[in-house]
Amino acid sequence: MTSSKKISIVNGYLIDPASGTDHEADLHLADGRVLAIGAPPAGFQPDVVLDAHGLVVCPGLIDLSARLREPGHEQKATIASETRAAAAAGITTLCCPPDTAPIIDTPAVAQLILRTAQRHGLARVLPVGAITQGLDGRHITEMAALKQAGCPVLSQADRPIRNSQVLMRALDYAATFGLTLFLQPQDADLSEGGCAHEGRVATRLGLPGIPEAAETVAVARALALAEQTGARIHFRGLSSARGAEMLAEARRRGIPASGDCSVHQLFLTEDDVYGFNADCHVIPPLRTLADRQALRTAVAEGAIQALCSDHQPHDADAKQAPFPETAPGISALETLLPLALALVDEGVLTLSAAIARLTTGPTAILGHDLGRLAPGRPADICCFDPAETWVLSPETLVSQGQNTPFLGRQLRGRVRWTLLGGRIVHERA
Amino acid sequence: MMSHANAHDLQLDPAGHLKHLLTVEGLSRELLTEVLDQAEGFLGVAQQAVKKVPLCRGKVVANLFFETSTRTRTTFELAAKRLSADVLNLNIAASATTKGETLLDTLRNLEAMQVDMFVVRHAASGAAHFIASQAAPHVSVINAGDGRHAHPTQGMLDMFTIRRHKGAFENLRIAIVGDILHSRVARSQIAALNTLGTGEIRVIGPRTLMPAQVESLGVRVFDDLREGVRDADVVIMLRLQRERMSVALLPSEHEYFQLYGLTEERLSTARPDAIVMHPGPINRGVEMDTQVADGPRSVILEQVSNGIAVRMAVIAMCIGTQNLRGQSAVGGLDD
Repeated sequence: MTSSKKISIVNGYLIDPASGTDHEADLHLADGRVLAIGAPPAGFQPDVVLDAHGLVVCPGLIDLSARLREPGHEQKATIASETRAAAAAGITTLCCPPDTAPIIDTPAVAQLILRTAQRHGLARVLPVGAITQGLDGRHITEMAALKQAGCPVLSQADRPIRNSQVLMRALDYAATFGLTLFLQPQDADLSEGGCAHEGRVATRLGLPGIPEAAETVAVARALALAEQTGARIHFRGLSSARGAEMLAEARRRGIPASGDCSVHQLFLTEDDVYGFNADCHVIPPLRTLADRQALRTAVAEGAIQALCSDHQPHDADAKQAPFPETAPGISALETLLPLALALVDEGVLTLSAAIARLTTGPTAILGHDLGRLAPGRPADICCFDPAETWVLSPETLVSQGQNTPFLGRQLRGRVRWTLLGGRIVHERA
Repeated sequence: MMSHANAHDLQLDPAGHLKHLLTVEGLSRELLTEVLDQAEGFLGVAQQAVKKVPLCRGKVVANLFFETSTRTRTTFELAAKRLSADVLNLNIAASATTKGETLLDTLRNLEAMQVDMFVVRHAASGAAHFIASQAAPHVSVINAGDGRHAHPTQGMLDMFTIRRHKGAFENLRIAIVGDILHSRVARSQIAALNTLGTGEIRVIGPRTLMPAQVESLGVRVFDDLREGVRDADVVIMLRLQRERMSVALLPSEHEYFQLYGLTEERLSTARPDAIVMHPGPINRGVEMDTQVADGPRSVILEQVSNGIAVRMAVIAMCIGTQNLRGQSAVGGLDD
């Protein structure tokens, strides 16, 4: 790891959605921060000059949901292995859901994760605290203490709160401290036992289904409670057209709600489950082509503000079983940027909008000020070649998790350099 | 979109012959017809004094039942024995996997015992596909029921029974009654009936027991039993599991029988020569009246004997040592 040097990134194409920058410009860094954009300050002598000719230079990407599996599930991945993968993917900030073991329901666990990530120094890891103790859905956590310990937001990971009274009180209590709650909208009863979208494909394969209503019922309940309490909520991982539509409608009415979508939901559908493809076992499930289309539109129109990886690395055993018995999730850090860029290729988003969904969109939800390139801001930077094509393979994957349906897929857009606080944390020759 | 082995690729060897039987879906009409024709040849074996042919002599068939079953396991066992194979019965429900051994570990251990075929029953949909995708190249897998997904030999024995009574499928109207949602049998029947060109396939039952978008399977949906069986040539009743009452899918066995239980009176709208089928075991007084089950139109026990012949055909097509293409091969081995 290089220590913080004076660095100039020259000849690159700078995209900074926060300031609207979208043109060629040089970037000069010192003391871990952005010093100047454009001409260097008088007398600036860089230790390192990175020639970014042909590259896009943008803020380091911010991922609202990435499992790192540490503490507790180190056979799947570690903070070291996954922050290295994040750096290779241009991601400089990761939110780690609370379903570690132990669960992030005390300041000690949050601090353990923060300290471990700092020691490796490859990405900023933001621990997402639990809303309820042990994610039990009944007893709320010491939210003020979790916030104090460095949890910017709280969530239940994938274990929804069944009891509406508990959810309402959690929202009220969180609002006391200005904490946003991340909710993965899935009704606990309607989704119980399911492993695929309830529709044509699950019917044919005899897979227990998760109906669209599992999402819409949860979205409706959370919106009603957010409206009642005035608390801020964020829907983590919308999967249905109707869910996205309900969020857009609520936002128009001024309810303080936001939403994101896992980028794989914009490329895969229920049909990809044919053949019992366990790498396509995800929760929420892959839905219909019409849902995928509506989600793309919602992302384009800004009704959904952020794209995330929903990275869930697994050991090989976790996917070596009959489909319903496999662990859900995709190892997804390294496809986040290339898939977002594929949306640009397919005319869904402009390049700067795609980058906004990976930077300013997520930071607005987190309520912090990373994700922008302006003098004085931390120098978290991603430099990528938007034209380079490559194939995702076990050899190119950096994550310890090899569970991805995109293996063998040709991707476009590859990270050359990632800088974290002005240090080069990833460099590809 | 994503490339991955589909069932069709997995089930046939490069020459297009049956390697595994995991689902009826994706198999051609010719292949299904071949299974039925082969079974026809094997039906005679049961009538011989020595009920054996040497087609699978020296082969080892392992019955891997992760879910308990009496009828299916027994008929597979008889089928394999009549083909002169050695049979291992493993009741895994009560052994290895409960001790923490994974499905894959169990599989590897059995492969090390030089097993040639796994007959698999498992509670999870896709289990047979998983095992076939992981099995050593020389091993064949037959799905004896995976979750709600498929039970292809049951589907094929039902086709065999229908063909013996009704001949061609083109002009038939077939009604399937009951719990379609949870039924792997219904899925395999529907797939086979469609491939064989059946005139009309109907499913009948309360909405709680119908899977989402059931019409996409190629069936017409009826809520009412009387309407559904009207002019039917074949009425297939499905087994109703008692636990459906405890999860709010049905109010009571009583109301189910009142609405969907088959009685002589309700069967009167069907064609006069209609046959009644059931994969067994029957809940008398729930799915059907005893009079119907034991009545002249019932072919339920015939289904069981036919099951042995159909399973012999499938086992022989997958691992038989003789060329089975053409009836004469079977006939020639009768002595």
